[in-house]
Amino acid sequence: MNDWIDVLIVVIKVLVAFGIMMVATLLLIWAERKVLADMQNRIGPQRAGPFGLLQSLADGIKLFFKEPILPTRAEKTVFLLAPILALIPALLMFLVVPIGRPFFIGDREITLQAMDLNVGLLFVLAVSSMAVYAVVLAGWSSGSKYPLLGGVRATAQAISYEAALGLALVPVVIYEGTLSISELVEGQAGKAFGFPAWNIILLPSFVFFLVAAIAETNRAPFDLVEAENELVGGFHTEYSGLRFALFFLAEYINIFTMSALTATIFLGGWNGPTWDGSLPASITWIFPIVWFLLKTSAIVFVFFWVRATLPRLRYDQLMELGWKRLIPATLIWMILMAVAQAVDEFGLPWA
Amino acid sequence: MVELVLFIVFGAIALAGALSMVLHPNPVHGALGLMATMLSIAVFYVVNSGHFIAAVQVVVYAGAVMTLFLFVIMLIGVDRHENLEESLPIQRPLAIAVGIAFLVLLGLIGGNAWITAPEAASPPNGTVENIADLLFTDWLLPFEVTTLLLIIASVGAVALAQYDPRPKE
Repeated sequence: MNDWIDVLIVVIKVLVAFGIMMVATLLLIWAERKVLADMQNRIGPQRAGPFGLLQSLADGIKLFFKEPILPTRAEKTVFLLAPILALIPALLMFLVVPIGRPFFIGDREITLQAMDLNVGLLFVLAVSSMAVYAVVLAGWSSGSKYPLLGGVRATAQAISYEAALGLALVPVVIYEGTLSISELVEGQAGKAFGFPAWNIILLPSFVFFLVAAIAETNRAPFDLVEAENELVGGFHTEYSGLRFALFFLAEYINIFTMSALTATIFLGGWNGPTWDGSLPASITWIFPIVWFLLKTSAIVFVFFWVRATLPRLRYDQLMELGWKRLIPATLIWMILMAVAQAVDEFGLPWA
Repeated sequence: MVELVLFIVFGAIALAGALSMVLHPNPVHGALGLMATMLSIAVFYVVNSGHFIAAVQVVVYAGAVMTLFLFVIMLIGVDRHENLEESLPIQRPLAIAVGIAFLVLLGLIGGNAWITAPEAASPPNGTVENIADLLFTDWLLPFEVTTLLLIIASVGAVALAQYDPRPKE
């Protein structure tokens, strides 16, 4: 009996996470268009619904009814498989992010996190390293030149920036002493020196992680795989209709998840004032979720801001930034952090 | 029961992936088959509560190594189908003979080793601490020697890339 309830809870959590990701995608596309429009002195979408909120929904429905074209020179199986492969890692990654404080129903503790893995951070890295296959296979299976170039670029870019993404997280793991994401959030509770005890004090890690995350999600200025003024549309040139929509969906879910992860790892996750004593418990449960969403939105805004500000990197600049700047910098920072932690734990070698 | 079902399903996938990796004329399909095999192996690790090893398997092999393979395949002629005609005279029969010998050996070893009592249950929340404890105490020297091997390999690669056979002027 208890087993069935546990399974049911997990199923509900996964469904809720799925719902959050879908709604977040709709809002993110709208927000991106509005933010970009504002930064470029335009108005942006305004006709569909209040403030143009329903614009992305309308676009989605339009894509749904468009004709899915299958190019004659396409490698059929892989061509059809690629959009699905893009969506699977995107959907999986969000499941390890805790979106709020655990609560109790009777004696049962319910965490607002679909799965609390002991190796949560490694799971994130593993799943995000799977995301590149969709781009590569889409580019290769389209059977035309531009998508293939996009696919080749994607492999090189993913290899370079995955390393930086992983290395940027090592100091956090050294500092917190855990790979579990829920324990990371607990470790950031309370205050240190009058400020919230967030991991943002590992500022270099935060910057490296954010840069690598933008590159991992193939966003501007690292969107070389779809550079529209060089490669038409890059890896998704030959895709249309619903299959194109799936790529788009995966991209925005990835932005949301990467922002949520950055907020969770470096900005304290759902930690924040909850006014537990002065307000009734029926209200206070909402505050952690609000804090989490606010922090996530702030990082999402950085994604859009960077896109509006920086021009796209050239391919050699991309490789140079990755291999000659980012990876050495993360390595040096990691060694510094390890030495500091060792001194903290064992004392100076001559003492 | 769940373990058995998972083993049968993913064992079949791993075998199919390995076979397609060897037999498929198109290198990209071959790489995909290898990836399926590696992901199935990660599932085996999870079934045996080796969450850490499973994650590392996916990050390193399915993630990084396979991406590099695909990169190389894409760079050196992706449309070329491989020639499956045999050009080496004795290697194939030899490989089959050695393969059969290996299977026999495996059967002999397996007949002994598989009939053991189940080990003490592994900790419910994974194995990071256990692996770290063993790796950095009892097995520190082999671990460091392995890293030395990797460093030698990368230094060798750099040396090869820098090597210029033309005489200096």
